[in-house]
Amino acid sequence: MTTDTVGRFERALEDLQVSVAHVQATDATDAIESALEGPAVGVELPFEGVSLPDRVETAPTAGDLVDATTGVTPARFAIAEYGTVAIESAPEGDEPVALYPQRHVAVVAESDVVPDLGAGFDRLEAAFTAGDDSIVFATGRSSTADMGGLVEGVHGPGEVHVIVLEDR
Amino acid sequence: MAERVDNGTRSEPASQADTREATAARLRYLMETEGNAIYPMASGSNVRRAQTYAETDDIEQLRAEARAIKEDAIDRLPELLETVREAVEKNGGTVYVADDAADANAYVAAVVEEAAGGSNERATAASHPSGDDPTVVKSKSMTTEEIDLNDTLEARGADVYETDLGEWVIQLADDSPSHIVGPAMHLSREEIAALLEAEFDLAEPLETAAELTRFARDYLGEKIREADVGITGANFVVAETGTITLVTNEGNARKCAVTPDTHVAVAGVEKLIPRLRDLEPFVDIIAKSATGQSISQYVTMLSPPTDSPTLDFADDTPLAGETDAADPTADTGDATDETDPSGDREFHLVLLDNGRMDMRADDQLRETLYCIRCGACSNSCANFQSVGGHGFGGETYSGGIATGWEAGLADHDAAEFNDLCTGCTRCVDACPVQIDIPWINTVVRDRLNRGEEPAHLDSLVEGLTPDEEPSGLDPGKRFFGNIGTAARLASATAPVSNWIADAEPIRALLERTLGIDRRRNLPTFRRETLVDWFESRGGTEASRYRAERARKRFDEVPDSLEREAVLYADVYTNHVDVDRGKAAVRTLEALGVPVQVPNLPESGRAPLSQGMIATADRQASRLYAAVAEDLDAGRDLVVIEPSDLAAFQREYERLLPERSFETLSENSYDLCAYVFGLLEHGADPSVLRNGSGEEPITYHSHCQQRTLGLEAQTVALLERCGYAPRTTEAECCGMAGSFGYKREYYEVSVDVGQRLTSEIDADDPVVATGTSCGDQLESLLERPVPHPLEVLAPR
Repeated sequence: MTTDTVGRFERALEDLQVSVAHVQATDATDAIESALEGPAVGVELPFEGVSLPDRVETAPTAGDLVDATTGVTPARFAIAEYGTVAIESAPEGDEPVALYPQRHVAVVAESDVVPDLGAGFDRLEAAFTAGDDSIVFATGRSSTADMGGLVEGVHGPGEVHVIVLEDR
Repeated sequence: MAERVDNGTRSEPASQADTREATAARLRYLMETEGNAIYPMASGSNVRRAQTYAETDDIEQLRAEARAIKEDAIDRLPELLETVREAVEKNGGTVYVADDAADANAYVAAVVEEAAGGSNERATAASHPSGDDPTVVKSKSMTTEEIDLNDTLEARGADVYETDLGEWVIQLADDSPSHIVGPAMHLSREEIAALLEAEFDLAEPLETAAELTRFARDYLGEKIREADVGITGANFVVAETGTITLVTNEGNARKCAVTPDTHVAVAGVEKLIPRLRDLEPFVDIIAKSATGQSISQYVTMLSPPTDSPTLDFADDTPLAGETDAADPTADTGDATDETDPSGDREFHLVLLDNGRMDMRADDQLRETLYCIRCGACSNSCANFQSVGGHGFGGETYSGGIATGWEAGLADHDAAEFNDLCTGCTRCVDACPVQIDIPWINTVVRDRLNRGEEPAHLDSLVEGLTPDEEPSGLDPGKRFFGNIGTAARLASATAPVSNWIADAEPIRALLERTLGIDRRRNLPTFRRETLVDWFESRGGTEASRYRAERARKRFDEVPDSLEREAVLYADVYTNHVDVDRGKAAVRTLEALGVPVQVPNLPESGRAPLSQGMIATADRQASRLYAAVAEDLDAGRDLVVIEPSDLAAFQREYERLLPERSFETLSENSYDLCAYVFGLLEHGADPSVLRNGSGEEPITYHSHCQQRTLGLEAQTVALLERCGYAPRTTEAECCGMAGSFGYKREYYEVSVDVGQRLTSEIDADDPVVATGTSCGDQLESLLERPVPHPLEVLAPR
């Protein structure tokens, strides 16, 4: 079932023009490295044995945020139905790191990909009960049609890349 | 009011004609200047909304759930206000319930001043040395539009920047939003480019949407980074957890909420919902209904003050860890910070009443509070598509639901645009929370009718109009609301009445006094009504004989075809379009169903359209009394005019006792659906005039018939009878009952109608089920547009 859910997630991302890599934990660092563009900022990943590439600044200043081209964050979970990643507004700075740079790389564990919005809300409720009370459902790229045509990358990232970590 | 002095200017008939002309001129101007930009955007969103709804398996369940949550939340609002106060305070924020606009503005202004120069010095010292104006960045919020917050803040010295690109364009242009979701929908790319060119010292002109967007992003990005305060609205507020939900595609709401260390969320009290779980159907449906997206890019659920680090762009220390309250070196000794669980963030939730609690107590306007501001009613509205929200809107809100908002909010006025709602009900299918928007508009119209000053034209329509409405009602409304009486007189005096009505001086008089546009063809009244014709050919007894003779030709007649029909001869069928009534009688008889065509009271549809609810209510009771015995005897009430059927099956729920409504709505049928049902139950279609099987025909279904889900059955009937029907997609014909006759709306009516006729192939025969639709199509296409049964009925 999980495979189907992840497959559905990947198809949804494809529709949103979000690129995706499906890798084993041991290859995660390389996968992240190849997803980086320009200066990068990031939030340490909570997955065992997975670390960010060295060139990702994990203690960025506000200025680093503005200068960075890529921001790497974990996703607490993902919703296959809509291709959504759930980003926490945590003290580590997940929200600004996911929001400010032009390119967002989200890393999510395969086991955290849930099938639909209902299951996403189950996870959301669980997170709120556990004390995390601010989460963003981010789906695809920031966009606007206000200036006379559809344009990506407005106040948020114009490119999104998702890395799904295979469970061991 | 007794003390009110009539200065006489309103008493001249010419002043009403002037008002009509002024309205017509204004709408014409809006169609020319904004309509070209509005139509593709609004109708495009509407098409995508319809597609997404169709692809969502549980859409009706979602809508029902969303509505149930809103009903419950509004019901429990006082309790939820207490709940949210506790939750937000527990998180470390503040809740302020503002009575009105002035109250809310004063509170927010004080917060802004405090944040820029007050207790929060440490965070702002670098970018705002004392004496600088406070800087505020805002994410699109209709609620702050409603209270004109920007004006107040600017008057008190703050620099305020809208960060939603559409809203920013509006701010630069010193304009007002024309759409709840797309505030700058009425401006073209070229107009936006010219505006930026005029406002900024640009190195190179900006042309493409991408260039314009990049410029706006860079400019506003800087403003966000410098801002002292971020102000957002809230799409939903979860009472239990104090969670503010912001739905955006651009990401500006996220930035405004988390970048400055002070966040103010301003929302109407009606945005409260009880639990986190209650968000689910709304998160699922709001983008679907607004733009046809499956979900918005960002659904932000913040329970502020959030743990996200504040961003000080003048500070070189890392965001996380070091700047935490836990680090003594980063905290310059502000004692309050250490006891504050939220660190250096501040949050204020301002919940605005401004008339909402009164709306909650108002049985008719309460539903307005269920609105989730998706704009689907605007997008699905043919008139909105033509004139946009500056014509079809009030000071803040626009489109169908705007009437309810503007009528309910303190100091707002819905009078100017209420008539743009023709009651076509296309928005009823679109609204994600199933609000009966046309009914709200009818109620508001009724109240406006009653609030008007006495006019001086009553004598002209008196006697012609024995209704239960106050004097002072617009004579045109009174005339159309009592069209049945006028039709009886006109029939009785036809053809003389027709000659007179066509005479130029009479047309001029009708235009000046009743506002009937002289470019519109008037209906030709028939001397012999349908009821007269039916009686003259032997009445019910003869019909029974004919039906039985027809049945004898069939070998076997199933029991399910043992029906008797009472045909409802509406005003128009009875007096004007008698032929479609005759076709209905002949068809039913040929299929073995005996018919009665009694002289029944009016349905109340006409006065309802004019907002004359008391008159409609009286007519509904009379109609029910007149048909009750037939219904009890198991006869079917077969209705030709879809808007009358819609009255019986929708509006009568508000006008009749529950059991009477149920009896009537369960036993009344759309004519074409009824005939199709007979064929499905074994009646012989060969007695009808059938096509060759591939015969093309264009069918335009009536708006209300589509809302009742009956378009498909007419299509099926035509197919069954050997035609290859094509249906029209346009929302409405634009005529919409009396709307297209009215001087002030004639041009809007034609504009809407031309979108419909542009879909119709010049070679196809065209049929329409509604009388107004037929009139409109005939005048625009300049060829006959009969009722489908006039094509199918045996001669």
